[in-house]
Amino acid sequence: MDVVVCVKQVPDTEQPIRVRPDGSGIEEQGLNWILNYYDEHAVEEALRVREKHGGTVTVVCVGPARASEALRTALAMGADEAVHVADPALEGADHLGVARVLARVLGQLRYDLVLCGRLATDDNASVVGSALAEYLGLPQATAISKLDIQDGLATVEREVEGGVEVLQVPLPAVFTVERTINEPRYPTLPGIMKAKRKEIRTFTLPDLGLSAEEVGPEAARVRYARFEPPPRREAGRVVTPDSPEEGARLIAEFLQETAKVL
Amino acid sequence: MEFALTEEHRLVQQTAREFATREILPVASQLDAEHRFPAEIVRGLAELGLMGVTVPEEYGGAGMDHVAYVLAMEEVARACASTAAIMSVNNSLVCDPILRYGTEEQKRRYLPVLASGRELGCYCLTEPQAGSDAASLQTTARLDGESWVLNGTKVFVTNAREAWVFIVYARTEELPGARGISAFLVERDYPGITVGKVERKMGLLASSTCEVLLEDCRVPRENLLGARGEGFKVALSTLDGGRIGIAAQAVGIARAALEEGVAYAKERRQFGRPIAEFQAIQWKIADMATRIEAARLLTLRAAWLRDQGKRCTVEASMAKLFASETAMFAAHQGVQIFGGYGYIKDYPVERYFRDAKITEIYEGTSEIQRMVIARNLLA
Amino acid sequence: MGRDVWVVADHAAGSVRRITLELLGKGRELADSHRGKLVALGLGHGLEGLAQVLGEYGADVVLCADHPSLASYTTEAYGEVVSSLVRERTPWLVLVPSTAWGRDLAPRVAARLGAGVVTDVEALWVEDGQVLARRPMYTRKVMGTVRYVGEGPHLAVVLPKVFAPAARHEGRTAEVERVAVQPAPPRTKLVETRSVQRERASLTEAEVIVSGGRGLRGPENFALLDALAAELGAAVGSSRPPVDSGWVPHDYEIGQTGKTVSPTVYIAVGISGAPQHLAGMSGSKYIVAINKDPNAPIFQVASLGVVGDLFQIVPKLTEEVRRRKAQA
Repeated sequence: MDVVVCVKQVPDTEQPIRVRPDGSGIEEQGLNWILNYYDEHAVEEALRVREKHGGTVTVVCVGPARASEALRTALAMGADEAVHVADPALEGADHLGVARVLARVLGQLRYDLVLCGRLATDDNASVVGSALAEYLGLPQATAISKLDIQDGLATVEREVEGGVEVLQVPLPAVFTVERTINEPRYPTLPGIMKAKRKEIRTFTLPDLGLSAEEVGPEAARVRYARFEPPPRREAGRVVTPDSPEEGARLIAEFLQETAKVL
Repeated sequence: MEFALTEEHRLVQQTAREFATREILPVASQLDAEHRFPAEIVRGLAELGLMGVTVPEEYGGAGMDHVAYVLAMEEVARACASTAAIMSVNNSLVCDPILRYGTEEQKRRYLPVLASGRELGCYCLTEPQAGSDAASLQTTARLDGESWVLNGTKVFVTNAREAWVFIVYARTEELPGARGISAFLVERDYPGITVGKVERKMGLLASSTCEVLLEDCRVPRENLLGARGEGFKVALSTLDGGRIGIAAQAVGIARAALEEGVAYAKERRQFGRPIAEFQAIQWKIADMATRIEAARLLTLRAAWLRDQGKRCTVEASMAKLFASETAMFAAHQGVQIFGGYGYIKDYPVERYFRDAKITEIYEGTSEIQRMVIARNLLA
Repeated sequence: MGRDVWVVADHAAGSVRRITLELLGKGRELADSHRGKLVALGLGHGLEGLAQVLGEYGADVVLCADHPSLASYTTEAYGEVVSSLVRERTPWLVLVPSTAWGRDLAPRVAARLGAGVVTDVEALWVEDGQVLARRPMYTRKVMGTVRYVGEGPHLAVVLPKVFAPAARHEGRTAEVERVAVQPAPPRTKLVETRSVQRERASLTEAEVIVSGGRGLRGPENFALLDALAAELGAAVGSSRPPVDSGWVPHDYEIGQTGKTVSPTVYIAVGISGAPQHLAGMSGSKYIVAINKDPNAPIFQVASLGVVGDLFQIVPKLTEEVRRRKAQA
C-alpha cells in the first residue's frame, strides 16, 4: 500500500502574524515556518497505514526553497521519500495551479492512496485536495476522521452537520484529513538524523513538462488583492436596564443581531 | 562564520519546542506545586532521543551533537526547569563521562538503558564538607578482592531517588586532593548504597535532590570508570559539558521570564494604557532580551567547541556564569513587571525566580566560574 | 457572458436550511445589481415542495435535478450534475453554502471547469466590474480580499450567518425547470449516516460559553447557567472562586490556572473580572457581562455590560432566547 502525502509549509500561527502596512501581504521577518498541522496528521495517518499494510510513504510539496524543511520534518517523522517542486515561476499561482502541478508529480509516482490535510493554516482554503482528486480523476472524501483499509477498499468517516457519514471508497482515492483522525508522532532525534540521509528529489516546472503560463500566476482564476488585520473589538457599552426583562431583551438582541449566534 | 542553524538543528529545536509547549508547559506549575517527578514527560523525552542526545546511535542514543543538545535543553527549560535539570544530569553528568572514559563493556551495559530513558543516572561528587572544594572529598574506596568497598556520604545529588546508576567519586589513593580520586559506576541494587534524605528546596521542586549514603558498599572491580587516580579528571571534563547544559537551562528560564513579561506588559493596563508603553517596562524588556541573546551565543559557542573536540573549559565557564546571572536578572525583572501578581503562585514568574537561583550555584558556583576564567587569563 | 447568480440549495427532509435563505438574500442583491436572474439549484430525490419554498424566498428560477443517485450527497454525482449545468448555462456567480458537502463539492467543480473558487467567504461585492470576496486567513489573524479573474463563472463558498436571510414573500412563485440528469453511479458508496447527539461542546471548542463566578453564591445556582447554555448550545465554565469553593469541578475553570478559551461569545455571569480570569477569556470575540456591581472590572472589557441582578436576568434571558429561536 503506497501512500503519497501532499504537504505544505506555512508560518506558525501560534506566533504573532502582522500585516504589512501597505496591505500587500504579511510581514515575513521573524516568521517561524512549520509543516502545516493538518498535514502532520496526514503524514501520521500514512505512517499508520504503512505500519498496518506495508509499502512506502512519499511526501510531496509544492513550495519555495525553504519548504524543503517541511519535507525534512515529514521524513523525520518516518516518511520514506520526498519530492519538492520548487520553481519561482509558481509564486502567485492559485490553488488550481498548485493542484495541477501535484497531479503531474503524482503521475510519476506509484500510489494506492493520496492523503492531504483538510486545509492549510495560512490561507485556510481547503481547495487543493478536492481539485487534485479531480485532476487525477479519482474518488475523494474530505475532512475524514477515520480511515480503515481492507482489500483495496477504504472505509472512511467524516463529520457532517448533525452526524457522521460512513463512506466506502475504492482505492486509489484522495482523502483530506481532519485533525481528529489521529495524534501525530513527534519527529525523534534519531529520526531527524535518518532524515538527513534521505534524498529529497527536486523538480522545476520544465522537469514536469509544465509551463508557467499553464499553472503560474497568469493562469490563476483568483488573486489576492489586499490583506488587513481583523476588525478591532468594538468599544463596549454598559447599561443599567430598568427591568430584568429589558436587560434580557438587550442581551438577546445583541446575541442575535451583533454576535449572530442565535 | 555561520550564525544560522543547520536544518537538523532547526528541526531538533522545533521538535523540542513543540513537545515542551504541548506536553510540559501545561503541567509545569502543577509539577512544581506537587513536587512531583515528571515520569510521563521523561518517558516522552526519552522517546524523542533527548535523554542521550550525544550518545552514538550504536549505543541507543540520538547520535547528535552538543549544539542540538543545548537547543533542546533551552526549549525544555523554558517550559520547566526541573525537567531540564533531570535531562541535563542524565545527558551531561552520566552519559557523557561513560562515553568518554568507559570501557566497551561499561558503555554497552549503561548507555542504551540511560539513553532510552528506561533508567536514569546521577552524579555523586559533593559531600557535606566538600562543595566548591570538591577535591577535598572524603568518601573512600578500598580494594577488597574482586570488589571495591566504598564508604562515605554524598549530598545534593539530583535524580538520586529515581536513579539506577550512580557515578560516585571516591578517594582510592593515599594522596590528598585531586590526585587521589577515582570514579565508580555504582548501581542501585549493590549492597551498601542507600538514598537518604530528600532535600526540601527553594526551587526545581519536581526533581529530587538527595543524600546518598555508602556504607561498605561493594562495587565490582570492573566498575572503576577511567583509570585509578584519574577520577578528578573525569569529574572536571564532565563538568565542562555539564556547565554548557546548565547554561542552556538558564537561558531557557530567562527566556520564559522574558516571554511571560512581554505578554503581560501588552495586556496589563494602568494609568489608561498598557504598561508596555512605559519606558520603565520597555527598558527591563530590552535588558532581558539583550542578555539572553548574549547568554545564548556564549552557550552555543561553548557547545560548538566541544563538538569540534576543542578544549572548552573557559568558554563553558563563561557561558554558565553569564547565563545563570542572566536567568536571575530576567526572573527578577519578570517578577517586577508582574508587580503584585508576580508574587502570586497563579502566575509562573515566581517559579522562574525560585528555579533560576540554583543555576548560579550548582555545577560550580559563580565564584568558582570566575576563578576558572581568571586563572586562564592570568596564568 | 452570464449575468445570473446561482444558489446551490442546502436542504433536507423537505425543508430548506437557513444558510440557503442567507445565500438567496445576498444572491438577490447581487443579481439585481448585475441585472441577472437569481437561480436556485436543488439536487436530490423527491424534491416536491422545494421549488415553492425557494420561490417564496426570492428565486426567479428553480432548477430541480431530481434523481435517485442524488438522494444523498456524493462528490461524483453532485459534481457531475452541477458542473454540467454550470458549463451549459454559464452563470456569473455560483454561491455554495459552506457545509461539509459544499466545501467538498465546490473545489472539485471549480477544477473541472477551470473556474475561480473562494472559500469561507464573509463578504462579497463588485468593484469596478470585478467580483471581490473577503475571507479570514492565518486562523483569523488576517482578513484577505480576493479578486476573481475574468468573467466567470465564479464560485463562492459562503460561511453561515454572514448574510441576512432573504425575506419571505408568501405566494411568490419561481419559474421551475425540471432538469433531466443521468449522473453515472458514483464509485463511492454512502454506507450510513449516524446521527450524533453531541454532548455539550467542550470549552475550548465552543462557539458560545456561559460562565459563572462568585456572584452565583452557591453550586445549585449553576443550574441557571445550564438552562441558558442549553438554549444557546453553549458550554458552561467558571472563574476560579466557584472551583476553589467546590461548587464546580476544576475542568470548568477558565483563567490563569485553568483553560484559555476564545469563543465567539463569552457570557460572564456574576464574574468580577480579575486579571487571572481575563487572561483566560480575553480572546473572545464578544464579551457579555451581567453583574450587580457597576464598578466590576469585567465591564471594562465587555462588548455589552448589563448592570443588574443575575438571578432575575438570566432566567428572563433564557426565556427570551427560547422565544427568538422559535420565531426563526
